[in-house]
Amino acid sequence: MRMRVASVLCVLAVACGLVLSGCEKSPDASGPGTPAATSPAATKPATDAAPIKVGAIFAVTGPASFLGAPEEKTVKMFVEKLNQAGGVNGHKIELLVRDSGASPEKAISMAKQLIDEEKVLAILGPSTSGETLQIKNICQEAETILLSCAAAEEIVIPMASYVFKTPQKDSQAAQWIFNTMKDLGIKKIGVITSNTGFGKGGKAQLEKMAAENGVEILVNEVYEKEATDLTGVLTKVKGAGVQAVVNWSIEPAQGIVAKNMKQIQLDVPLFQSHGYGNIKYVQASGDAADGTIFPCGRLLVADELPADHPQKAVLTQYKQDYEAKYKEDASTFGGHAYDAILILTEAIKKAGSTDKKAVRDAIENLQGVVGTAGVFNFSPQDHNGLGLDAFEMLTVKGGKFAFYKK
Amino acid sequence: MNLPQIMQYGLSGITVGSVYAIVAVGFNIIYNTTGIINFAQGEFLIVGAMTAISLSHVVPLPVAILGAVLITTALGGLIELVFIRRVRDASVLRLIIVTIGLSIVIREAMLHIWDEKPWSLPYFTGTSSTTVSILGAYISVQVLWVLGVSAVIVTALTLFFRYTTTGRAMRACSDDRMAARLCGINDRWMVTLSFMLSAGIGALAGCVISPITQTQYDMGATLAIKGFTVAILGGLGNSMAAVAAGLFLGLLEALVVSQFASAYKEVVAIVVLLLILVFRPSGLFARRATSVRTA
Repeated sequence: MRMRVASVLCVLAVACGLVLSGCEKSPDASGPGTPAATSPAATKPATDAAPIKVGAIFAVTGPASFLGAPEEKTVKMFVEKLNQAGGVNGHKIELLVRDSGASPEKAISMAKQLIDEEKVLAILGPSTSGETLQIKNICQEAETILLSCAAAEEIVIPMASYVFKTPQKDSQAAQWIFNTMKDLGIKKIGVITSNTGFGKGGKAQLEKMAAENGVEILVNEVYEKEATDLTGVLTKVKGAGVQAVVNWSIEPAQGIVAKNMKQIQLDVPLFQSHGYGNIKYVQASGDAADGTIFPCGRLLVADELPADHPQKAVLTQYKQDYEAKYKEDASTFGGHAYDAILILTEAIKKAGSTDKKAVRDAIENLQGVVGTAGVFNFSPQDHNGLGLDAFEMLTVKGGKFAFYKK
Repeated sequence: MNLPQIMQYGLSGITVGSVYAIVAVGFNIIYNTTGIINFAQGEFLIVGAMTAISLSHVVPLPVAILGAVLITTALGGLIELVFIRRVRDASVLRLIIVTIGLSIVIREAMLHIWDEKPWSLPYFTGTSSTTVSILGAYISVQVLWVLGVSAVIVTALTLFFRYTTTGRAMRACSDDRMAARLCGINDRWMVTLSFMLSAGIGALAGCVISPITQTQYDMGATLAIKGFTVAILGGLGNSMAAVAAGLFLGLLEALVVSQFASAYKEVVAIVVLLLILVFRPSGLFARRATSVRTA
């Protein structure tokens, strides 16, 4: 009898395993196949065209999937296009995507596996700050390039020579928010953040920079990342008599904040972080999202950019490709992955080699690479390469993103 | 603190509590028949809400919700027939572990059907900003829907379990399955029925809370844990107590937020649960008849 129950459980476990393993590959069957099988086009330096192995750790599923899923899709699309055009320096790119589900523990074991077993040249991702900080030292010690798609300042400060990141810095986002507050004459604010790496990073920057910008934080609260209702915390914020609310998170809570503020009639401006760059959050909170102000890259307003803007061509091309291929709106997060793979391939081209150290040195000297987040100018002191001008203040108008004008 | 603010905390507690309560109710139905805790209950909620969201693109909202409830009910029955019924020598522990496995399978299946993005049903009446004002504080109209639907479900369930032959037969199966069988009750079908009922009610709960909480494929587990806590807090098997316990926990959390940092909210909820388990193991509002079970 016991055997029989055990066997039922075994079957169940196997079934679970199948479903779980299925999800690593199936969301998009059109991803790059095995590079050896699809290489008739790679003709020029056909002698040593061994594929370059590039790892990627994205939170394709789980609570940060709205970061990881577009990132995975973007990188697959980029590599597919690149390989069809003959690869980089005659090498195809072999992409190895791992889904961490936003778990730092999984990210650690995946990073070790990619470095030790697959011997990748570089790792793209992870999607979240918490995961990146966990594998920062692992990549540094293994002298493997890490191109993180997460925002927190601590990823590049203090600097690790092999660690880079593509999204704009938290401090720059906070600076834009404070500048806008200055314009609006806002002096007293409430800050609410989620208990994630991203939330903590933002909280630290806001606390550090508030005083020097002449702003006082009256309420400073942290909420659970799974929170489904925030009226309690917002009641506290309302009671303190603030002139604006800043919410810093990447979770669906961003949509809930806007709704809850309208519901309890907390009628002050709502500022969100650069984590708000996904139209889904706006749709999730309906009319309530109108008027939300947040700093963001220009991808979301690419169509409104003047034709002579340096990023115009890159942004519209990426947006068109992505939306045509996947039938969903492009988000800034996918753009961070685009920048990561772009920087890597530019560096390989420049280095003319696939040696880890040579490529690393090349990244450090890249200048004027036009990406989706901005124009990257790396240096041995700056492993992010973006200036304050990589941000633009955006707002929500009639359920759409638009440039913010006072 | 002035009166409107105190009221606002109270209404915030009721908002959160109403969600806990309606989730907890679903746990009690299967428990009342089989004595097991269905850890896939949270997934029933999300399946229901997701189905309704998909259907709402083609049919009016009430029809979409009705359709979602029927489809999820069928799914609940199917799951019982295919998985639960096949476990021979089914001890409570084994069945519970099967439900945990099922929750994982359903969750992953949902990821493939509805992708990873958060979705939500439209507000049943008005928009996200429509509120009712009570003594200077505000509460979303949707919360009233949740409370109303909870009240209807609980009343109907109480009447069903107490006064109908089928309902009594289901309870008899939980008390002593062998004795129930000797009395001519078809115990297997009672279990199937309880899964269908609980899946259907879960689907309805998922639809009603969707505008408030949004719906994402992996939210079921988080909702289920809170619902489970509340079900225990009230006393397993007693739906009315579950609603009271849900509102109690919601209000308690709001109190914590008002007095301390909101980061301590979860700690207090867990401490209260531990205290209840130590000092009143049969629940806050336990009725002896349903809560003290002999193995």
